[in-house]
Amino acid sequence: MGNPNRVKAESGFMRWVDDRFPATQMWQDHLSKYYAPKNFNFWYFFGSLALLVLVNQILTGVWLTMSYNPTAEGAFASVEYIMRDVEYGWLIRYMHSTGASAFFVVVYLHMFRGLLYGSYKAPRELVWIFGMTIYLSLMAEAFMGYLLPWGQMSYWGAQVIISLFSAIPVVGAELTQWIRGDYLISGITLNRFFALHVVALPIVILALVVLHLIALHEVGSNNPDGIEIKDKKDETGKPLDGIPFHPYYTVKDLFGVAVFLFVFCVVIFYFPEGGGYFLEKPNFEPSDPLKTPDHIAPVWYFTPFYAILRAVTFSLFGLDSKFWGVVLMGAAIAILFVLPWLDRSPVRSMRYKGWFSRIMLALFAVSFVILGVLGVLPATGGRTLVAQICTAVYFAFFLLMPIYTRLEKTKPVPERVTG
Amino acid sequence: MKKQLFALLFALVPFTALAAAEAHLPYSMTPDLEDKASLQRGMQLYVNYCMGCHSLEHQRFARAAEDLGMPQDLVEENLIFSSDLAFNDQMRIAMSKEDAENWLGAAPPDLTLRSRVRGTDWIYSYLLSFYKDPERPTGVNNAVFDLVAMPNVLEPLQGVQEMVCAQSDHPVGDAELDPLTGKYQSCEVLQVTEPGQMEPAEFEEAVYDLTNFLAYVGEPSKLQAQTLAPKVLIFIFIFGVLAYLLKREYWRDIH
Repeated sequence: MGNPNRVKAESGFMRWVDDRFPATQMWQDHLSKYYAPKNFNFWYFFGSLALLVLVNQILTGVWLTMSYNPTAEGAFASVEYIMRDVEYGWLIRYMHSTGASAFFVVVYLHMFRGLLYGSYKAPRELVWIFGMTIYLSLMAEAFMGYLLPWGQMSYWGAQVIISLFSAIPVVGAELTQWIRGDYLISGITLNRFFALHVVALPIVILALVVLHLIALHEVGSNNPDGIEIKDKKDETGKPLDGIPFHPYYTVKDLFGVAVFLFVFCVVIFYFPEGGGYFLEKPNFEPSDPLKTPDHIAPVWYFTPFYAILRAVTFSLFGLDSKFWGVVLMGAAIAILFVLPWLDRSPVRSMRYKGWFSRIMLALFAVSFVILGVLGVLPATGGRTLVAQICTAVYFAFFLLMPIYTRLEKTKPVPERVTG
Repeated sequence: MKKQLFALLFALVPFTALAAAEAHLPYSMTPDLEDKASLQRGMQLYVNYCMGCHSLEHQRFARAAEDLGMPQDLVEENLIFSSDLAFNDQMRIAMSKEDAENWLGAAPPDLTLRSRVRGTDWIYSYLLSFYKDPERPTGVNNAVFDLVAMPNVLEPLQGVQEMVCAQSDHPVGDAELDPLTGKYQSCEVLQVTEPGQMEPAEFEEAVYDLTNFLAYVGEPSKLQAQTLAPKVLIFIFIFGVLAYLLKREYWRDIH
């Protein structure tokens, strides 16, 4: 039996549906009566944009699979077939390849928004953790997708990343072989990556997006002031500083969508290679297991973590530097999951936190960008030193957070949102 | 709105700015896909001089004919030499990969996507940089691609080029620009010593056409993209203006 208190339409077709499925209730819960703070700014566009890019990736992905051939013999040629012989295949392919980079651009900005306004703090810890799990799945999804064109960088990029698992003591070599399904990256690896990229991971990501949104709508959205709009309600129980998501934020996001699509389309039509960073040049050459490219760099959205990996140049406790590099890279991502418990500040938003928090966040953001740039370039002595400093800053931001957020002097938080 | 556009653009800046660090090449060229005559001449050169060894296995004759504005009968008469190939076929070569490896040591690469791997400046510079070197099995070496295995197939057109001590308008090796003359002084300057069928300027034009054709072959969809792009962008712009006005109307009563 369903909940008898559910909102239902008075009569007509919607009543018929509501007696069988909570359509009106869901519409109200998540859109027309979901009260969002009225002071969302620029940073709040990226959540809905991430959803838009996800839909773009799924739709273009479905159409790409219609002509793609997931075999070592046919993969590369089938991508060129899509680019040349399939009607608008080039557009579908560029939407997908540019979409992958766009996904990370909007997700990184979305995550930075969370850091800026303390959107991860209680009671939104699960929203943050579901989000981080999406990010992790997205990295796996992008990594496996990049193997599919079967170009030189697809092949050697995958070779480098998979071989990282061999750094794990005792089981490393076996594990690497188990992941590849072969002694080297081969058609078998391509086939399983195709299955994971096209079926398994999209299901996981979609499910996580649903969880992310349900958790968000349970606790309500944070805002640039980091105060709870639910604390101040009018006599009917509506938050004084809240407005219904639909129509107010649906029309606002529609404008954000237009700006995003404009930039997105400029890239697709005029710079689909993204200066060699969205589609790397060596990837226009079919993969060749006997010919290693001069310089192997992961795609730009992985490079900060790749730089952290390479920053470790010393052995410790009898384990080599590669192992500790992998550990540190893993830790760099894992530490994001516990962020809600590292921040001990009485306030959420950077607007009311002290100077220490602000400086640390700025240093963190700068280090992350520098690491990203270093991860693209070949390593030299000087660059490695810079990478080590940036890695230290990256971890200091998190590890020192319990100290500086507790010690610093915060500003008084306003009663109502300030716009 | 300005702020938002800026922020979005700014997010993309670090990645494009990095792209600048390219190797030092003596020549550069900008492909012009609108210049159909150049592309047609380039294709003619390609099938006559390159296609003996280098296939374009993803490029169909028919697609090139359509994009470059050539009638089918002319293409069949003048550009398809093998009886095994039909108008709708890809521009394949008769030599098998195994034979090529046995005869030449390494199979000449397929060139469909070469312009996207190496870039057009590289192809253009490479084709202009063969010079006489009696020590090489083919009698030539290349200033851009040292110890190259390929002979200078365009020599009948270009003539014999030699490496001499002279001044050049183009960058040569590590030679520095002389600020007085505006030229590079070096002993690695390439000069035509025995004329071919073409004057040096004429030959550069021909190599431009050939490189332009390879730029087209690398990404034939670029022509379509350039026609479609303004329409899509204008549509999104109008949509954006309407969305903004709609937002402003709805938000009028929110304070």
